[in-house]
Amino acid sequence: MDHAPEATAGHHGSYLAEKTLRSWALTLDHKRIGVLYICTTLFFFLVGGVVALLLRLKLLTPGPALFSDHTYNVLFTIHGAIMIFLFVIPAIPSSLGNFFIPLMIGARDVVFPRLNLFSYWCFVAGIVVILGSLVSPMDTGWTFYTPYSEQTSAAVTVLSGGLFLVGLSSILTGLNFIVTIHTMRAPGMTWYRMPLFIWAMYATSVIQVLATPVIGITFILLAAERVLGIGFFDPAKGGDPLLFQHFFWFYSHPVVYVMILPAMGIISEVVPVFSRKPIFGYRAIAYSALAIAFIGFLVWGHHMFVSGMGTLAGIVFSFLTFFVAVPTGVKIFNWIATLYRGSISLDSPMLYALTFIFLFIIGGLTGLFLGSLATDVHVHDTYFLVAHFHYTMMGGTVMGLFAGLHYWFPKVTGRMLNEKLAKYAWGLILVGFNLTFFPMFILGMQGMPRRYAEYPAKYQGLNIVATVGSWVLALGVFLMFLNFIRSLRRGGLAPDNPWRGLTLEWSTSSPPPEENFAEIPTVSEWPYNYGEKPERRTEGKRER
Amino acid sequence: MAAYRNYLLVWLALLVLTGATVAISYFELGLWNAGAALFIASVKGTLVALYFMHLRYEVKLVLGFAVFPLFILALLIVGTLMDNLFR
Repeated sequence: MDHAPEATAGHHGSYLAEKTLRSWALTLDHKRIGVLYICTTLFFFLVGGVVALLLRLKLLTPGPALFSDHTYNVLFTIHGAIMIFLFVIPAIPSSLGNFFIPLMIGARDVVFPRLNLFSYWCFVAGIVVILGSLVSPMDTGWTFYTPYSEQTSAAVTVLSGGLFLVGLSSILTGLNFIVTIHTMRAPGMTWYRMPLFIWAMYATSVIQVLATPVIGITFILLAAERVLGIGFFDPAKGGDPLLFQHFFWFYSHPVVYVMILPAMGIISEVVPVFSRKPIFGYRAIAYSALAIAFIGFLVWGHHMFVSGMGTLAGIVFSFLTFFVAVPTGVKIFNWIATLYRGSISLDSPMLYALTFIFLFIIGGLTGLFLGSLATDVHVHDTYFLVAHFHYTMMGGTVMGLFAGLHYWFPKVTGRMLNEKLAKYAWGLILVGFNLTFFPMFILGMQGMPRRYAEYPAKYQGLNIVATVGSWVLALGVFLMFLNFIRSLRRGGLAPDNPWRGLTLEWSTSSPPPEENFAEIPTVSEWPYNYGEKPERRTEGKRER
Repeated sequence: MAAYRNYLLVWLALLVLTGATVAISYFELGLWNAGAALFIASVKGTLVALYFMHLRYEVKLVLGFAVFPLFILALLIVGTLMDNLFR
């Protein structure tokens, strides 16, 4: 892809100009707060990843190895809790969302900059409390199901407090974004001229604001039951353990859309830019984000099919679950239609975007197996579920995040990534990911349950493949981070608009100045007018 | 003073409703005790939202954002009861 000729001269006058610790810790600049989130969440991605490597290493052999069964339980709880609460949920909204929402809507900042900073430090406070709970680490799995989470001597109450703070941070960020998108759009930017990333972030923020309070309250009830002995979930005290699962999944199902919708937003930006074609079905993609957010609130019971939930509820939740596939399919078909006859260039952001589409189709379709009441009974709590979840969350969200990081790296840092290294890393990640997780579909269908420290010897072959795959995947991720760090200093200076994008963040310098735009831009058309003029495209159709 | 009249009236209404909550707890109504207390609390919450939090004077969009979570709450209750009542 051709690079525009002009290049900015380093960081002079950019938001990165001031270097003191204080200027970062007390910043009200959404871009700096976004960068703080990027660094924090990526750090926990690496921590959670190392824990996953340890788990896979232990599963190389069927019998006892490396560490005790209790340690295994603790490690998979840590892996799940860190990856979900400290990485995947905030990874795109709080980091890239923070950085790019104001830039893409043509604003100087989010509407409540102080609340934004408070939100970040609330997140950090939550992390500190969560780390405090490691004194007596959790062994419950990341779902903290009662009644075990009532009885274990692990620091459930402390961890609940930490997650409460992380949740509060998430609510405040979502609230900030909703009001920002409503009130801070540049003149001329109507709702249908907004980039699709903004639509996705809007839908995400609505879920954050509406669903997160439920998990906050659930953690308080759990703590109240453990500390004060009030019966909510413990049958011995007159409670109902399934009530915990209802509350937990009423948050935790919609929150998977908090994880995936922003990634889908990134794909909707990357695909048209690297296909040089207007996005196909703009309104359908925008509305499908809202539809996913809404339907996401109706389907939580599908996590509880084998928990002893009533049959009627099971049937209704299974039926409703299928509806999620409709807006998801709408998005996938629209991206593919955008690619059709496009002038596709396979730069690293596009490679990750295509990987997202490929892996997410597998993740999404296997979700239908799990949403079907009858098949779920057989594959629930097996490795099939682990594979499905990782295909959607790592194959989906994380690939979307990687696409976004490669796409916006020049804008955030003012430097270009080494494209060759990025492609090697991508290749290793693609191969490593599939080697790690595809065998788990087969293992699950063969009946291997998840969360067990040991397994029958007949499952060892595919487990070896998965473990070796995890090393390839780790090598790919290592190379990618090496590229990030190396390019921060040694990457070529980035032009303002290296990918020839039409969204507003590309109209300012790389890296942007503190006030984002010298003059607030006026918007007169939607941001997807790539390639040929519409009338010429119509002519072309007639000729064919 | 006229500007504060509404706030004073709402405050008095809240006091009366608090008294009603206390008074009703002295009657043995079975399940209806909880129902009555929740109903009175909802009325009080509505008054606070409408007047003290100015919802009555806001544009429709803000009203929509305030009412929509009640719908989501209803979903939570209906879904949970759908399991609990027919288990």
